[in-house]
Order: sequence, then C-alpha cells, then structure tokens
Amino acid sequence: MLALIPLFPLLGFLVNALFGRRLSKTVSGGVASAVMVASFAVSAFTVWGLAGLPVEERAIDQTVYTWIASGDFVLDLALRLDPLSAVMILVITGIGSLIHIYSTAYMHDEVDSEFARYFSYLNLFAAFMLVLVLGANFLVMFVGWEGVGLCSYLLIGFWFKKPSAIDAGKKAFVVNRIGDYAFILGMLLLFARFGTLDFQQLAAVVAGIPPEVGVFGVLSIASLLLFVGATGKSAQIPLYVWLPDAMEGPTPVSALIHAATMVTAGVYMIGRNAVLFSHAPETLMIVAVVGALTALMAATIGLVQNDMKRVLAYSTVSQLGLMFLAMGVGAFGAGIFHLYTHAFFKALLFLGSGAVIHALHGEQDIRNMGGLKKDLPITYWTFLIGALAIAGVPLLSGFFSKDELLFEAFREGHTVLWLMGAVASLMTAAYMFRLVFLTFHGERRHDAPAPVHQLEDESAAQAHDDSHGAGARPHDAPPAMAFVLIVLALGSVLAGYVGVPHALGGHNQLAAWLAPSFAAPGGVAEGLHVLSEGEAALEFTLMGVSTAIALGGIAIAVLIWLRRPQIAASMAERYPVVHRWLLNKYYVDEAYDATVVQPIRVGSERALWRGFDVRVIDGAVNGVGAIVAGSANILRLLQTGMVRTYAGSMLIGVVFILGYYLWR
Amino acid sequence: MGLQAYLTLAAIVFCIGLFGVITRRNTISILLGIELMLNSVNINLVAFSRFSGDVTGMVFAVFTICITVTEAALGLAIVILLFRVRRTVTADQLDLLKG
Amino acid sequence: MMDTPFNAVVPMLCVVFAALAVMMAEAFRGRDEQMALGGLGIVGLVGAAVSSMLLWNRNASSFGVIVADNFGLFVTMTLVIVGVLTIMFSSVVVRRDGLPAGEYYALVLFAVVGMIMMATANDLLVIFIALEILSLAVYVLTGIRRDDPRATEAAFKYFLLGAFSSAFFLYGIAFTYGVSGSTRLDRIGAFLAAQSMSDSPLILVAIGMLLVGFAFKISAVPFHMWTPDAYEGAPAVVTGFMSTGVKAAAFAAFTRVFLSAFEPFSVDWAPMIWILAVATMILGTVVGVAQTNVKRMLAYSSIAHGGYLLVGLIAANDVGKAAILFYLLAYAVTNVAAFGVIALLGTRDAANDELRDFSGLWHGRPALAALMTVCLLSLGGLPPTAGFIGKWYIFSAAVSAGYYGLAIIGVLTSVVSVFFYLRVVVMMYMEERDPGLAAPAHVGGVGMVALVASIVVIFYLGVLPTRVLDLAAESISTIF
Repeated sequence: MLALIPLFPLLGFLVNALFGRRLSKTVSGGVASAVMVASFAVSAFTVWGLAGLPVEERAIDQTVYTWIASGDFVLDLALRLDPLSAVMILVITGIGSLIHIYSTAYMHDEVDSEFARYFSYLNLFAAFMLVLVLGANFLVMFVGWEGVGLCSYLLIGFWFKKPSAIDAGKKAFVVNRIGDYAFILGMLLLFARFGTLDFQQLAAVVAGIPPEVGVFGVLSIASLLLFVGATGKSAQIPLYVWLPDAMEGPTPVSALIHAATMVTAGVYMIGRNAVLFSHAPETLMIVAVVGALTALMAATIGLVQNDMKRVLAYSTVSQLGLMFLAMGVGAFGAGIFHLYTHAFFKALLFLGSGAVIHALHGEQDIRNMGGLKKDLPITYWTFLIGALAIAGVPLLSGFFSKDELLFEAFREGHTVLWLMGAVASLMTAAYMFRLVFLTFHGERRHDAPAPVHQLEDESAAQAHDDSHGAGARPHDAPPAMAFVLIVLALGSVLAGYVGVPHALGGHNQLAAWLAPSFAAPGGVAEGLHVLSEGEAALEFTLMGVSTAIALGGIAIAVLIWLRRPQIAASMAERYPVVHRWLLNKYYVDEAYDATVVQPIRVGSERALWRGFDVRVIDGAVNGVGAIVAGSANILRLLQTGMVRTYAGSMLIGVVFILGYYLWR
Repeated sequence: MGLQAYLTLAAIVFCIGLFGVITRRNTISILLGIELMLNSVNINLVAFSRFSGDVTGMVFAVFTICITVTEAALGLAIVILLFRVRRTVTADQLDLLKG
Repeated sequence: MMDTPFNAVVPMLCVVFAALAVMMAEAFRGRDEQMALGGLGIVGLVGAAVSSMLLWNRNASSFGVIVADNFGLFVTMTLVIVGVLTIMFSSVVVRRDGLPAGEYYALVLFAVVGMIMMATANDLLVIFIALEILSLAVYVLTGIRRDDPRATEAAFKYFLLGAFSSAFFLYGIAFTYGVSGSTRLDRIGAFLAAQSMSDSPLILVAIGMLLVGFAFKISAVPFHMWTPDAYEGAPAVVTGFMSTGVKAAAFAAFTRVFLSAFEPFSVDWAPMIWILAVATMILGTVVGVAQTNVKRMLAYSSIAHGGYLLVGLIAANDVGKAAILFYLLAYAVTNVAAFGVIALLGTRDAANDELRDFSGLWHGRPALAALMTVCLLSLGGLPPTAGFIGKWYIFSAAVSAGYYGLAIIGVLTSVVSVFFYLRVVVMMYMEERDPGLAAPAHVGGVGMVALVASIVVIFYLGVLPTRVLDLAAESISTIF
C-alpha cells in the first residue's frame, strides 16, 4: 500500500517521459495531476488507517523487498509510515497536487513537448520526495535525497535558453554536492560504527549510549556531517547561496521544490533522527545557532530585494532557519509544525507571485508594479492572507507555529536565540508587507532600470506574451490557478488549528501526534511536557510579544512603504552603506568570487596554454569547481602527448616503488 | 660463476634497454630498447632454472622468446603504418593526442 | 559433464573456435558478400557463458594452470557480457566505417580469449601469455582504422608503453620464480607463507615489478598516461571494449595473484597500493573535469574507477572482495554502454565525440540521450543504479576495514566526478543543438537493442543487486 504512494507519480513520470511528445497538453497535464491526486488519496487513506491505531503501535512498515543482502549486512527497501512521515506525505501529495493543477494553467504557453518534459520532471520529483520521507533507512532516504536534487537542477534550468537559468542550476548543483559529500560521509560513519542504517535500529542503539555532553565523539561528528548535508539541501549558512538563484526556474517549481517540500528535507532529516541528534547536544547547539543566524541574515536581505521571487526566496531561507532553530533547541515537534504551516503559506505566496508575474508577462521587479489590487482581486486577497499568515498575525496558521517555536526556544533557556528569532519575525512581517504594498497598493510604477539582459529573459516572457497582447490590462488568475490560490489560502488560515497550544485551551494535537516519532523505539515516549502555571503565563506573555512583533512589523511596513514611501528612500540615503550591504546580500557572492574564483581564474588564464572553460567557473560558489578545474589544467600539462614522457612517468613510478621496498 | 653474476648481467642489460627507451627519439631505437629489456629477463629465467635444476624456467624462456618476436613484429608493423600515415618515425612528433 | 582435464578450458575453447570460424568465413567470403560474422562470435560467447554456468561450483582445473573456480567464472561471465555487447555495437560500426569485418571480429574474440585465460589462470607463465594475447589483439584493434592518424598514434603509444610495462612484469615473474622455484600461484603462496615474512629483497623486487605490470593494465597513476591517449584515439566501440574487458581481466589476475600468492606479504604491498589508489582516484577525477572531449573524459573517469577498485582490493575484507567483483560487473556494463552511445553517434567521417556534439541531443534523439543519462548517472554512482551499489559497497568495505582516509577521498572524488558526468547531461538536455552540427546519426536496431539491454542490466544491478552480490561473495570465497 505504502509503495503505491511514490509509484503513482513515478507512473506519471514514465507516461510523460516516454510518450509526452505525442500527447496533447490536456492529456499530459491531466495525467500528471491525476497521479498526484491519486497519490494524495492513497496517502490520506493510509494516514487515516494509521490514526486508527493505538499510539504505541503507530507505524506501518512495508518491506518492498530486500534490496541489498550480502553476508551479515541486510538492507531492505523498506518504507515506514509513522506520524512524522504521515505529516510529510500529506504535505507533499496535497500541496503537490495543487501545484500540479496550477501548473497546467501556468505552463500552458509552452509547446507540447516542453510541457510534457516539465510535468515529467515534476512527477519524478514528487516520486523521489515521497521516497525520501517514506524511507525506513538512510540508504532509501538517500535515493530520494539524490533524486530530488537531480530533479531540482533539471527544473531550475528548465528554461535553458536563459543563461542565468543554466548558471543557477549549476550553482545549485555544486553547492548541493558539497552538502551531499558530508551527508554520505555521515552515513558511512554511522554504518561503520553501528552496523545498521535503519532509522529505528539506529535510534535503539543510540538510545543506549549516554549523550555526548561536552565531548565531540562519533555521534556528534556523524550528526554534524549529516547536518552539513542538511544545510546544502535546506539552504542554510554557509550553503544557502544557491536558493535565491534557483528562482530562475518556473514559479510553480519554486513553490513546490524551493519552498514547500525539497528544502525542508534537511529539517525532516533531523526530525527523523531526533534520537541521534538529542544524543549529540553539541551538534544541536550548532544547528540552533546556524538556524538563528540564517533566519536573521536572510530576513535582513529580504528587506531590500526588488525581485518579487527573490524576496520570497530569502523569506524561505529565513523561515527554514527558524525551523532549524526549533530543531536545534530540541523542539522537534515545533520545527515540524512550522514546516507544515510554512508549506501552505509559502506555496500560496509563491503561486500568488506567479499569478502576478503571469499577469504582467514575466515582470518580476516590484519597482515596476503597484496598484494591482484592482486588477487582480483574487490574487491580492489570497496573497494578503498568505502575508498575514507568515507575519504571524494571530489566529492564522503561521502564528501558532511560529509562536510555539519561539516559546520553546525561550523555555529551553536560549534567550539570545529567541531574541534573534523574534527580530527575524519582525523583519519578516515588515518585508512581506513591503512586498504587498509595493505590488498591490498605490499606483502602477515603472521605476526599475531596464533589465540588463532583457533579451535573455525574452524566452521566458515570450511564453506569456503569446496569448496576452502587450498593453492590455493585467487580468486575474485563470480558473485553475485561482482555485489553487483559494484552497491554499484556506489552508493558510486553518492549518494551524491542529496545534493550538494549551495556553489557549487547545490540545496541541500535532505535537502529541508527532511525539512517538522523536522517541527511541521501545523506550517510553517522553510524556508531553505539561506546562506549569508559570510556563503557561510565560507562553501567554510571549504570545503577546509575538502578536506585537507581527503587528509592529506590519506597522513599520505601512509607515515606510505605504504612507510615506520617501522614508525608504531617505533611509537608503542616510545609511547608504547598510543599504548597499543588504542590497548586495552582504557581498557573500562577491566574497566567494574574490577569494576563490578570481585568483584561480587569473592564475589559470595566465598560466595555461589552453582555453579555459569559463562556464565552469562562472558564478560564485562554482569556485569549488574552479579549484578542481584549475588543478586539472595544471595536471593536464603533464599529459604532453609525448610517449617518452609517459615512459618517464612510469619509470618514476617504478623507481618509487622499488625505492620504497629496498630503502625503507 | 654464481647466480649473482647472471642476475647482475641481466640487470645491466635491462637497464641498457631502459636507458634506450627513455633517451632515444627514433621509434625503431625505442623498440630495440624494449627488446633488450624483454630478452634480459630470459637470462634471469635460464639462470634461475639452471641453478635450481627445475626446467620450468627454460620452458618459460622459450615462450618468452616467441612472445617477444610477435611483439617485435607487431611493433614494426605499427611503426610502418605510422610512417605511412604521418611521414615520421620521431616519437616526439606524435602528439596529436594530449591533455 | 564428465570430469576431464579439459573442463576448465571449455569456455575459452568455445571462443577460440568462434574466432577461428570467423577467420575461415572471412577467407571464403566473396568480395561483396555480407556475412553475419558478429553472429558467429556471439554464438561462441554464448557457448562460453553456458559452459561457465555448467562449471559453476565444480572447481574444475586443467593441468593445474587453468582453474575454473567460481571467481574465474564470474569474471568470465562479465567478460562474455562485455564481448557480446561490444560485438552488437560493432555490427553497426564495422559496416558504417568500412572496417575489415573478419579481422575485426577475430581480434575481438581472441582478445576475449586472452581475457578469460587471464581471469582463470593459476600460473604466472599463463597469466603472462594471456596478457600478451589480449594486449596484442587490443593494440591492433586500437589502430584498426589505418587511415586515421589519431588511431595510429594511439595504437603506437599503447603498444610501446604496453611492451615497456610487459618487460617489468616479466622481470617480476622471473624473480618470483627465482625465489620460490615455481610459477604456480598455489605453490608460490605456500612457499611464501612458509617463509614467514623474511624481508628478502628479491621477493620485494618481484612484488614491486608485478605491481607495475598490473598497475599499467588497470591504468593506475603514475602508469596511466597511455590511457587517455589510447582511449581517445581508438574507435569508441573498441575503447569501450578495452576500458572494461582489459581492466576486468587484469583486475581478476591482480586480485588472484595478490590475494592468494602474495597474501602473506600484504603488509608490504598494501601501503603501496594505498598510495596508488589515492593518486589514481584524485588524478582521474580532477583531470577529467577539464576535458572537452567526451571520450577522453570517460577515459579519465575509467582511471578513477580503477582507483575505486583498488580501494576494494586494499580493504580485502569479505565485503571488499565481493565488492570488487560486483563493481567490475557494474562498471563494465555501464562503461561499454556509454562508449556504445558515443560509437553510435559517430559517422564514418566524424567521431562526434566532443562535448558540444552532444548539445541538444535530447531534442533530436531522446532515447539515446536518456540511455546515455542513465549510464552517466551510474558511472557517477547515483542511486538507484548499479554504480551506486558498487560504490557503496567499496566504500563501506573501506570504512569497516578501518581505511577512513581512503573512504573520505573516494567519496570526495566520486562526488566531484558527478560534476563532469552531469556536464554531458546538461549539454544534452539544456542546450540548443549547435546549428553548425549535422543532425545526429540514426541508430541501427542491433545497437539500440544492446543499449536497452545494458540499461536493463544497470537498473537490475541497482534495484535488485542481492542475487548478483551473493554470487560475487560466493565466487570470491572459493579461492581466498
């Protein structure tokens, strides 16, 4: 039964990959969406069954077959549905279905074969993502982990006629490879040390080991390596640089992969190995600090970005940081809760921005927007709900999860981290409403300098231009898109009510539901923390603070960008340094460029006789590639083509070997 | 004369061949160097065989001689082909493939 | 099957007869007569496969010098697969490029004979003869396009350096014989074990020289330099053949000699192979990144793969030994198929093996592009392909044997290597077809069948590896 969940999208992939070129858009889009809905139905059905089981038995295992067996090492291709993966599959298939439906309208201007190619990638992505969260051991998870990465690059570079899209895909690839490297080493280390890769067995073994407090032992190293892998996939410091560039992909892709699902894989992975991470408190501390720093830094950058999707991208990085902060303080339930609500409102915001971009024929610069409220009412209202939710306005989903998360951080005594999270939240509210006001309120503006590479962007824009004559008034989202926006808006409002905290008279059902997944198997699930009187009061206070933060952030936005737009300009004037720092994203890309890429580029261009593949070293983090490429070009010099050099090389080898044996 | 002497002789011949391979530019000379190296081993084999009274080494030497001859034949054939296609037998000029 | 002294050589004889039949048929062929010479070869290879299956678990031995133990038979099967796929790809290429069919197929088959002999040999003399049989055949195959200056140059370099390395190898054999008084591996092993670690310089020189010979054939750094040139210059289908068949055969003999005869001296040779493995993995990967010719890039990639195999050899625990065999099979199938795609894309006048020749291949030849992608992902070790399982096994063997350094470097290089494999994928999917290029060639039926078959094997080994892993573990346990 469980295997059906990823099999449906895989089937959709096969249909579109094998026959897509001969299918009409209706068929290929319909098949792709139908398999997702089917997968969602199966997921909902199995989760329903899971919920019917008593708490201590809540796990459905399915061993598809024994994948690898040799000697005493047996590894099953096993899937496990437990409360944690239940939440994940519902999010993936549910939001995935919606985004597939949305895409049928959004991508409608592509030619048939491209349309099918798009949906085949999207289905394949969904299949791998489901394998990732359903896998019962590291190796199965790794299959999904690599697979989603691959689909992500393919989709970022989907509009391959734009060089920027290709470069973004490459950047994502290189950065993720660094993370994967650490991830594989972490897996190998765990395997070598404990002889198993099954999550449950691993948790059982680790539970018997005392936590590595104050020491940095095997558990800490392994979990740290895994976390480095997570920073790559989930765009945390220092490997976050690829995510903003990933916005070169089609907007529904940004919504599905780079906001709602794939980038949360790192958070999920930590939740999945909660026992392991709890036994490595030093690593957890690193996770929390990295999360808080990322949240804060990305939020500040988000304040000044002018590209609609980039604002949302930095917002995603920032929210992911908050999730890692929650994981790092040991509040695994809160982290997953925020992951879950975030999936709704961030998907909504991305799809809303997609509707705006669609209506404006590919325009993404908010300086060229404004006053769209009248023309795009559905988009406006749904977008507004999303913005309210992410800002943490009470009674919307984001409020509950963010509050829970910050409360846990505070309760665990991490006041500084809490403060960083709170400031990040304040800025979140501010930049989201900056986005809302600049896009939808006021008058239509054309302030932005003409894009430098307009020509290159044309291919993307042209897709939209075909059906809408330029100059016509922008029109609101077509029915398929509007439907999805409304559903997601409802979700953004209601999703939080599964986790209403005790302080507000709720039962925090989600936390109770998830708790068994974070406990060692067989061990007693740590009873849910029952709040004392004082703590309940504290939670109330913090809730008040959160509300104040959300409203304060919105108020700032109203003040600066709605009422008196000149303030923004004068602030930029008064603190030009700060503004420039933020606008240039702290010069991180440039720093990579200056320290890693340029020296090698200059060095290799001077030193080498043969043309250098410039594209290899394009972009910033590609510096890693450049190091390799640089040394490659030096080593290539040895390969002179002269046979006597080769014989000489062999002779050196012989002398070395014999010398080693005779004179060691 | 002891075994040592034969082994030394073989080693010297081997090194002469090796020196030829590394220093000569003419492909034919390089081939000759390789022939010297291969045949020096025969001295070893026969000497070992002679001093241990086991015939395997002698048999081996016969096989080696055959194989060396085929190698030489093939080598010369390739050099002739090379000369027809490239009009040169200088090893250092054969660097179409590199990098 | 009756137990006769000839049992163990039956697989080889099947291929020999096929080769002879091809030569006879060629001799009696009319001027413009078409003959399915490749088919004859496949019949012979299938015969070899069937007889290997019949010999399984019987530990047949012919004259004490050829042993058809499960280890040898597993490699034989791998070689048969390589041979069959090569002949299938060749049937397209031979006709297209106007190669001399009779000579070509006969040489391929004789090379396979040499390879099988090398994999099943139990005597250093026989290993040497086998090495020469396969080498001579492959040298000629490399230069089979006699009008192509690059192919000729490749053949020349390969031959010269091959003969050079043979001299060292032979020297090593002579010394081994001199010390132990025998060329039979079992006797050498017994003699050395009784010696109890005497650090006689003669033995060490022998080990060192044999190491040089094997290192050359599996193109370990610094004995690798012939590899990129020979692989680039040779016709793609021949490159696929020699980059897998020769490597598999050489590795089989390498493993057999070092893990059985020289096992008592593993303290002496393991550190040396450690160094070779690290240098090989790093150089193969790093230099591969800078290549713009796909054939040459895959040449460097195959150097790196040799390094991974060496890691398995060093780890040499139970997992590692089985991993070597599994990896050989996975690598062989994948690499033959990858070179097969390149071969099928070529035309008589143009090799079409530059990176830009692959631009936009997805739009013109989606099937070919998809098959190539699977091969490249498998070479890069991405799940769920054969390459992933192979790499996972090799590296976990290294970790569990305590070679953390090797595992870290191995994972790092394989992570980096995906970069250049994916460059080809990006070219195929995310670039427009270079307008200056002709449309990609049409692919004949046999070639496509071979490709699809290899892809099925790649996925089979990646998704259902257990059976083959068991066989591998079973085969290696028969001798060590």
